[in-house]
Amino acid sequence: MALDDRKSHFTFVGTRPNRPDGLDKVTGRARFGADVTAPGMLFGAILRSPHAHARIVRIDTSKAEAHRDVKAVVTRADFADVPFKPGLEGEFWNVLENVMAGEKALYDGHAVAAVAASSALAARDALKLIEVEYEVLPHVTDVDKAMAPDAPVIREGAADYSVPEGMHPNVVRYHESGHGDVEAGFAEADLVIEDHFVTEATHQGYIEPHACLASLGADGKGELWCCTQGHWIVQKTCAALLGIETAQLRVTASEIGGGFGGKTTVFIEPVALALSRKANRPVKIVMSRSEVLRATGPTASASMDVKIGMKKDGTITAAQGVFRLQGGAFPGAPGDMTAMCAFAPYNLTNVRQVGYDVMSNRPKQAAYRAPGAPMGAFAVESVIDELCKKLGLDPVEVRLKNAVREGTKASYGPTYDRIGLVETLEAAKAHPHYSAPLKPGQGRGVACGFWFNHGGETSVSLALSEDGSAQLMVGTPDIGGSRASMALMAAEVLGIPYENIRVTIADTATLGYNDVSHGSRVTYASGLATIKAAQHAVEKLCERAAAKWGIPVDAVKWENGCAVPSGPNAGDFDPLPLAEITADMGRTGGPISGHFEATPEGAGVSFGTHIVDAEVDPETGKTSITRYTVIQDAGKAIHPAYVEGQFQGGAAQGIGWALNEEYIYGEDGRLQNPVFLDYRIPVASDLPMIDTVIVEVPNPGHPFGVRGVGETGIVPPLAAIANAVSNAAGVRMRQLPMSPPRILAALKGNG
Amino acid sequence: MTKHHVTTTVNGDTVEYLCDARETLLDCLRDKLNLTGAKEGCGTGDCGACSVTLDGRLVCSCLVLGVEAEGKQIETIEGMAQGETLHPLQRKFIEHAALQCGVCTPGVLVAAKALLEKNPDPTEEEARYWLAGNLCRCTGYDKIIRAVLDTAAELREAS
Amino acid sequence: MVEVHLWSGLRSLTGGQEVVQVQAATTGELLRELVRLHPQLQAPIDAGVSVAVNGRIIAAGLSEPIPEGAEVYLMQRLRGG
Repeated sequence: MALDDRKSHFTFVGTRPNRPDGLDKVTGRARFGADVTAPGMLFGAILRSPHAHARIVRIDTSKAEAHRDVKAVVTRADFADVPFKPGLEGEFWNVLENVMAGEKALYDGHAVAAVAASSALAARDALKLIEVEYEVLPHVTDVDKAMAPDAPVIREGAADYSVPEGMHPNVVRYHESGHGDVEAGFAEADLVIEDHFVTEATHQGYIEPHACLASLGADGKGELWCCTQGHWIVQKTCAALLGIETAQLRVTASEIGGGFGGKTTVFIEPVALALSRKANRPVKIVMSRSEVLRATGPTASASMDVKIGMKKDGTITAAQGVFRLQGGAFPGAPGDMTAMCAFAPYNLTNVRQVGYDVMSNRPKQAAYRAPGAPMGAFAVESVIDELCKKLGLDPVEVRLKNAVREGTKASYGPTYDRIGLVETLEAAKAHPHYSAPLKPGQGRGVACGFWFNHGGETSVSLALSEDGSAQLMVGTPDIGGSRASMALMAAEVLGIPYENIRVTIADTATLGYNDVSHGSRVTYASGLATIKAAQHAVEKLCERAAAKWGIPVDAVKWENGCAVPSGPNAGDFDPLPLAEITADMGRTGGPISGHFEATPEGAGVSFGTHIVDAEVDPETGKTSITRYTVIQDAGKAIHPAYVEGQFQGGAAQGIGWALNEEYIYGEDGRLQNPVFLDYRIPVASDLPMIDTVIVEVPNPGHPFGVRGVGETGIVPPLAAIANAVSNAAGVRMRQLPMSPPRILAALKGNG
Repeated sequence: MTKHHVTTTVNGDTVEYLCDARETLLDCLRDKLNLTGAKEGCGTGDCGACSVTLDGRLVCSCLVLGVEAEGKQIETIEGMAQGETLHPLQRKFIEHAALQCGVCTPGVLVAAKALLEKNPDPTEEEARYWLAGNLCRCTGYDKIIRAVLDTAAELREAS
Repeated sequence: MVEVHLWSGLRSLTGGQEVVQVQAATTGELLRELVRLHPQLQAPIDAGVSVAVNGRIIAAGLSEPIPEGAEVYLMQRLRGG
């Protein structure tokens, strides 16, 4: 794609206007997933397996069906009866199996049946009338145990081509990459440290549970309202699982109450559609919090070995990592991403990284903000910190010495384009936080993080109104203020005020396909599409002006919201404002719109550096974060307040992952903490203010230089906090979360 | 099952509904009165997304039964703005970008208003502890706390 | 000719080669040629790959040009949250 339209001076971009959906959201009128109703609506509820691994011998739904308030009951048989489109295999099959169990329940909370009834209470009561006979099977929930030779097999034949022979069938994918000779590199080192690290599974913890309202008729035409990060993938998946034509299912994305990767797939939506089809009435399903924690997609847990060699001057001579990720009862744990991201900040002559994707009896993992990267960074940055400490080196200087820059060969292979890691490290070094004195009992940690970012399929449509205002339709649900950034980018191109642009998240019937709001892609890809669509409209505006003036179109240019002659030879005409052109557009050629449909392929990778101060109470083992600074390359911040918000949110989630949050499974394979009281995410009194520094090293792949910012912010915190805590406590913490009992045990073990 | 008839006052309006004894005030507000500003984030009183005031006291409406509202005064997010004039907290939340997804925002605003009515000059620490019952997963609370403290300062200046 | 660098996990499918030579002017041609020369690469390509051309990661596009002498890496398909 030609990017000769690169811009570096901006009128609207970089300002901080109020967000367009602000009023609706502070008055309670914004409509989220659970906030709608339909005439004749029923309420759905889902029966879930209490066992971690069990054969479903028999399901008797007759008593539930006989209940007068119950209008439909579905089990897997109702899906299996559907004449599937040819090719329901691979991930579609996995999703179906996850949405409604087939022969086996694969984890505590796995859906086995569902009812639709005339009230929510009646639906809940009716679940108790369904009888399920289980044959309980041996289970495994730990990644290392799931790889052991005696582990119960979750599903034979799930492994793909990549898995070396002789591995347990629960190992379903294998990744190995790198370059150079790590053994030779370790031999050159003055100090080599090898260590083992463990992280527990966490949940994205969005405050809005999954909710949907579905309507599907026997004619195969359906309507679905749901909270999702991507309604086109919902449309495609539900259509496949229900055996209907994709285009016959219209999906509308509600306002979304957080996603962070967890709302990139379907859980309840196909069930609600199946119930609706059977009852021939609209069906609403809203998950409870414990359903969210037990049966949606938490992140993977990890077991990792990292070995790094360093010279006395801080040069890294070789690095090697083995990353084992457990992703629940289906393939998909991002061990490959962990491996590819782990060493990405460093210029390494010798590097080798191995990733495993391992199945266990837990819910199917879903993406969580830079999926796979935070765990690897925790292990790698911890070892680097330990090397710095043992060699008496400054951790920022060592990172600067080894940092990748434009032209460096990445640990995952290719050569880096323009990137901003060094700039974030220089900013860290210069930041007052890095030189501020620490109090006794406090420790400071720094860490770097990397994430790839994504482009993805994107469609955007922009239509001008007669009065000169503009409506912009995008297809990526707004999870963090993206409507504001889209309007800013459109305003920049059109030259009309930000307030004159209305941005709508279009439904699937209104716009072409859009990939999910994931991979930090929205401001990059939908933003690029918005710019291109606006430019498309500007071309037409210039054509109308040229026709009016009777000069060639290439003699007209667009400046500050007006068509103007491109030079003295083009003629002498007064600037023609956008609103004057649109006022006549019905009579000068018809409506003026702009479109863009493509898959932008220049997302540009992203780096960040975090500085953390932590204080550990030796009596209780409790950690307080006393100061936190996020420094990250945003390429170009379109709406800086929401860029800061992404940085702060990523850091806060990282603090939770590092200190408190974990999935705790009992010996019985059941989740022990499926409520927010026990799965404790950070509250306001846990956190300090989170300072931010936005570094702007423009991404060559975007007309305004944008890089995605949403995900990278969660990559460094686990490591930075672990380094701070380890420095404060005087003992290396190798397992997350660093909860008070673990810290006390480590302090005790250290004497 | 027999339902209970409840008469109560919501945002100054007298309302009536029939509810099952097991239904929460949150269920009744959302499903019977169509006041969907209060959200159910957990149903166990941990997240505060359902915050309302009951006779002036801040409560999680998911922990109050619908029948308990009989004869009470309830204030919800829908009653916070006066006509087209936003409450200063609502205005400051927009100005400070103190919301991202916005699902926790109604509860946070109701709780913050209760704080400022009790304590017009809270310290950062007091604001953080008061709002510790309102979970936000997007913002890291930084901009929320700034918006609350800035509103408090503006209200003090105005009075 | 373009030199395509594979990740080392793929060596077992290419008779031990980590760098293979193909004739291709676009990312789509590249993937087709890789499978023609090394049929066992069909599985990883079907499972999802990205192609990095001179450091720019092409997540999906088959029509992206590959200039003569470009640095080309086959990568696992990227996923995001």
